[in-house]
Amino acid sequence: MNTQIQATMAPSVSHIFITVLKRDLTLSYRRRQDLVNPMIFFVIVVSLFPLGVSPEKSFLQEAGAGVVWVAALLATLLSLDSLFRSDFEDGSLEQIILTPQPLFIMVLAKIFAHWLVTGVPLLILSPMLGVMMHLEFETIKVLMLTLLLGTPVLSLVGAIGAALTVGLRVGGVLISLLILPLYIPVLIFGTGTVQAAANMLPIDGYIALMGAIFALSLTMSPIATAAALRISLSN
Amino acid sequence: MWTFFHKLGSPKWFYDISGKWLPWFAVASAILLVVGSIWALAFAPADYQQGNSFRIIYIHVPSAILAQSCFMMMAIAGAIGLIWKMKLADMFVKAAAPIGASFTFMALLTGAVWGKPTWGTWWVWDARLTSMLILLFLYFGIMALQSAIEDAATAAKASAVLALVGMVNIPIIKYSVEWWNTLHQPATFKLTEKPAMPAEMWIPLLVMMIGFYCFFATVILLRTRNEILERERRTNWVKKLVSKGAAL
Repeated sequence: MNTQIQATMAPSVSHIFITVLKRDLTLSYRRRQDLVNPMIFFVIVVSLFPLGVSPEKSFLQEAGAGVVWVAALLATLLSLDSLFRSDFEDGSLEQIILTPQPLFIMVLAKIFAHWLVTGVPLLILSPMLGVMMHLEFETIKVLMLTLLLGTPVLSLVGAIGAALTVGLRVGGVLISLLILPLYIPVLIFGTGTVQAAANMLPIDGYIALMGAIFALSLTMSPIATAAALRISLSN
Repeated sequence: MWTFFHKLGSPKWFYDISGKWLPWFAVASAILLVVGSIWALAFAPADYQQGNSFRIIYIHVPSAILAQSCFMMMAIAGAIGLIWKMKLADMFVKAAAPIGASFTFMALLTGAVWGKPTWGTWWVWDARLTSMLILLFLYFGIMALQSAIEDAATAAKASAVLALVGMVNIPIIKYSVEWWNTLHQPATFKLTEKPAMPAEMWIPLLVMMIGFYCFFATVILLRTRNEILERERRTNWVKKLVSKGAAL
């Protein structure tokens, strides 16, 4: 009898995933300013390059994809610190860790929510910035494709750094130090794809590599993040 | 084998035994490095293409190999520390990070010095060079994380996770010269093949390499022993040891 009740009471894994996702999305919807800030930052960083380096069309076409990618990377970095921090401060992170459900599923849900809130807006803004950087229509399409595969990687890998630094006061600066080196491969392949497309070269190999990086980080990063969270909260 | 592994769990045992190893490694590294560098700099034949400038290989290659193998050792020790909660592994990770960072820096610096006469430039954004630079940043990240977390046990666990995640970079460095067409020449040494260089050139390189490993062993033992004393300062045997040292 008792076990039966427990069995019906214990939520399934998919239920947990959706609950955490809903909770995080609601929370970020309530704090709309935090939602908008990385997007504004993204646009400002991109617009700094024509002002700071050169507004020439040829330069912008050459550098555009890289600039958009670097700006996306920095904007993600900016939002990463808040991924676990508010939960850590009000104690709900401890409650999440104490639940019997597998932690990496909940972590994955939180990362997915983070991507929906920061990655997807960057993805939506990128064609506009591509036009501002005088990129060709075809190139913009490839740029969006690489961002579609790349921004989840940014959230997934970044979550490891956010989890490692969640208990620390200097967290924000430290995240960039820990995570930027790990971002370099995805940046290289992301911009490489766009450059290959701009030069009319085949991009299948690059896309396959991006997919491989995505698959690797999707499977490994939630586990590492969950382990890092347990470490950060162990004392 | 397993008793040895279990004994490693005791910092005191390791402190005693490493004190016996230390002079051997120190003497071996001193002899090998002196012999190796004299042999490499004075007696090894000049390269038919690069002349005498290739001689920096005798410092560049050993430090590059050690930079990578130090990171692998850190990751393995980190995994051991996470799985078996072995204090000694934690201390090893902490002791190894600055050493690895300095070897990486050495490899980058000697590479730049070598690149100037051969490629005509100090630095190129080539796959091997960039991935080595990332390795340096990873070392810096681990060191920063260790100094940011006050609690030693938490710091060790956190840096172990970071070292394991950073392991992704090692195969990228290793195979970068084979996967991408780059300026950097392919590996000089392979375990499975006979080296392409004549014996007069690669034997001093081998001597230097073993010398570098002995030097690494010496430095890591010194740093780990130091770390042991610092962390075990409340135990009786350390107190005894220190008071004996003071009495002398």
